[in-house]
Amino acid sequence: MNSRINQLVPRYLLLIAFSLFVLLPIFGLFLSAFKTDTQIIQGPFSLPQSWNLENFRQAWFTGRFNIFFKNSVVVSLAVVIASVFLSVLMGYAFGLLPMPGKKWLFPLILLGYMVPFEAVIIPLYHFLDLLGLRDSYWALILPQIGLSVSFGTLWMTSFFENAPRDLVDAAAMDGCNRWQTLWRVLWPLAKPSITTLIVLIFMWTWNEFLLALVLIQDETLRTLPVGLAFFQGKYTANIPLLAAGALIVALPTVVVYVLFQRFFIRGMLGGAVKG
Amino acid sequence: MRSNQAYPGENKWKGWLYLLPGLLIYLVFTFYPILETIRTSFYQWDGFSARRVWVGLENYRVVFSDGQFVSAFVHNLVFIVFFCVLPVLIGLFLASLLSRKKMPGMTFFRTVLFLPQVISMVVVGVIWRWIFNPQFGPLNVLLTAVGLSSLTRPWLGDFALALPAVGSIGTWVQYGFCMILFLAGMQHIPEEYYEASSLDGANAFQQFTHITIPGLRAEIGVALVTTIIAALRVFDLVYVTTRGGPGNATLVVGFLIYRSAFQQNRIGYASAIATILMVIILVISLLIRRLQSGSAEQTA
Repeated sequence: MNSRINQLVPRYLLLIAFSLFVLLPIFGLFLSAFKTDTQIIQGPFSLPQSWNLENFRQAWFTGRFNIFFKNSVVVSLAVVIASVFLSVLMGYAFGLLPMPGKKWLFPLILLGYMVPFEAVIIPLYHFLDLLGLRDSYWALILPQIGLSVSFGTLWMTSFFENAPRDLVDAAAMDGCNRWQTLWRVLWPLAKPSITTLIVLIFMWTWNEFLLALVLIQDETLRTLPVGLAFFQGKYTANIPLLAAGALIVALPTVVVYVLFQRFFIRGMLGGAVKG
Repeated sequence: MRSNQAYPGENKWKGWLYLLPGLLIYLVFTFYPILETIRTSFYQWDGFSARRVWVGLENYRVVFSDGQFVSAFVHNLVFIVFFCVLPVLIGLFLASLLSRKKMPGMTFFRTVLFLPQVISMVVVGVIWRWIFNPQFGPLNVLLTAVGLSSLTRPWLGDFALALPAVGSIGTWVQYGFCMILFLAGMQHIPEEYYEASSLDGANAFQQFTHITIPGLRAEIGVALVTTIIAALRVFDLVYVTTRGGPGNATLVVGFLIYRSAFQQNRIGYASAIATILMVIILVISLLIRRLQSGSAEQTA
C-alpha cells in the first residue's frame, strides 16, 4: 500500500504542475477582467478589489461586442445546421448508397479537408466580390459550409460504412425506402457521431479568423474573434478591458466544451486536423 | 469503400441525389477557389484592374529569390520545434509516467489539459501578450520578484526573442493535446506485453522504446500531422501577438500571404506562396499517413 502511495504522489504532483501551467494564464486573464487600470499594476494574481462588471459592460456596449456576439451566433448556427445536415446526406451516399464514381470523388473531397484556409482566401475574396456577397453573412457562411462538409463527409462516411448492414437490409425488407432508413433506423445510432460533428464544427466556426478578417470590412458584420483583434489594436494597454472582451469570446466554446468534452476529445483524437 | 448494390428497381445513381447539394457548395466555395489560387499564381495582377498578365513561373522565381518567403518558411520550421517536437516529447514523457495505472480524478486533469485547444487563438494571443507585457506582465513581474530583473525583456519586441516567445505559446496550446492522445492510445496496449517483458528483465526505458512507442504509432502519427500543420499554417496567433514584427522577426508564411495579397495587392505573388504552402501541407499529411499505414501493414 505504501509503495502505491509513493508511486502515486509524484505522478499527481507532475499532473498538477502541468495543469497549473495551462490554468494560471487563463485564471490571470479572468482576474484581470474585474480589475481597474490602476489595480492591474499591483500584481498579476492579486484579487480584484471588487467583482464589478464594468469592463464587461464597456466591452459589450462601447466595444460593440453585443453586435459581434450576435454575428458569431448567426454565422455559427447557419454553418453548423447546414454542414451537419449536408454531411449526413453525403456520408450516407458514400457509405451506404449505390453511387457510380464514388471512388474518384472521395479523394476530391479529402482535398478540401487537408488544404489550409490560406489556399482559398485570395480567390474567395474576388469571387465573392464579383457575386456581390462580400461584406455579408453569406461571405462567411457559404465558404465555411464548403470547408466543413469535407471533414463532415469523411466523418459520417466512416460511421455509415461501419453501420450494421443487416439492420439496413432488414429495414429495406420491411419496406423502408432509403430516406426512411436514414432517419428512422440509422439516425438514432448516429447520434454520438453527429454530436461530435456538431461540437467540432461549432468550435471551428466560432473561432475562425482569417475569412472573417478578409471578407468582412463592415464593422457591424464582424464576428467575435476579429472584433477582439481590432479591439486589441485600439486598447493595446488596457488589459482589464481586453481581458473582459477575451472572456466574452472564449466563454461559449468553453461552456460547450465542458458540457460535451467526451465528444470533443473523441473527435479531435480521431484525427480532426482542421481548425 | 464498399460499392453498395442498388435494390431491385432502384436507380443506381440514387447516391448522387443525396450528395449533390453539399457537393455543389463544396465545389463552388472550396474546390474552385483551390484551382483558382493555382491558376492565379501564373499571372501578375493587382486585384483591381481588369488586365491580368500571364507571367508563367515568374512569381515562383521571385518567391524563391527575394528572401521573404525563405525567411518566413524558416520561421515556420522553428515553429515546428515549438508546436510539434516539444509537445510530442512532453506528451510522451507525461503519458509514460502516468501510463497504465488507473488514477482517480483523471477526467478533471484531462479536461484542463485539453482546454487551450478549444479557445480562439485570438484569445490565446491576448492572454500571452499580457503575460509578455514589459511593464506589468506576469513573466517580468516574476523574474523581478525572484531577483532576476536583469533577465526582464520586452519579449515580443525583442528581435532575438520574439520568435521563441510566440513559439512557446504554441507549446502551451499543444502539449496537453499530445499527452491526452498518447494516454488514450496506451489504453489499447495489452498489459501482458509489459508483464512478459518484465519477466524477461526489461527495464522501464526498454519497455518505453520497445512497447510503448510502437504501440502508439497511430497516435504519434496523428499528433505529428496535427501539430506540424498547425505550425506551418499559423496565422491568427502571429496576427494578434506581433503582426510579423519586430521587423520581420516573426514573419511566417501565412502572414506573408495575407500581407502580400491584401495589403500590397500582389495577388499573383501571394497566390504562388499559397500554392506552395498548400502543396507542402498536402505532401506532409499524405507522407505521414502513408508511413503510418505502411508500418501498420508490416506488423499486422
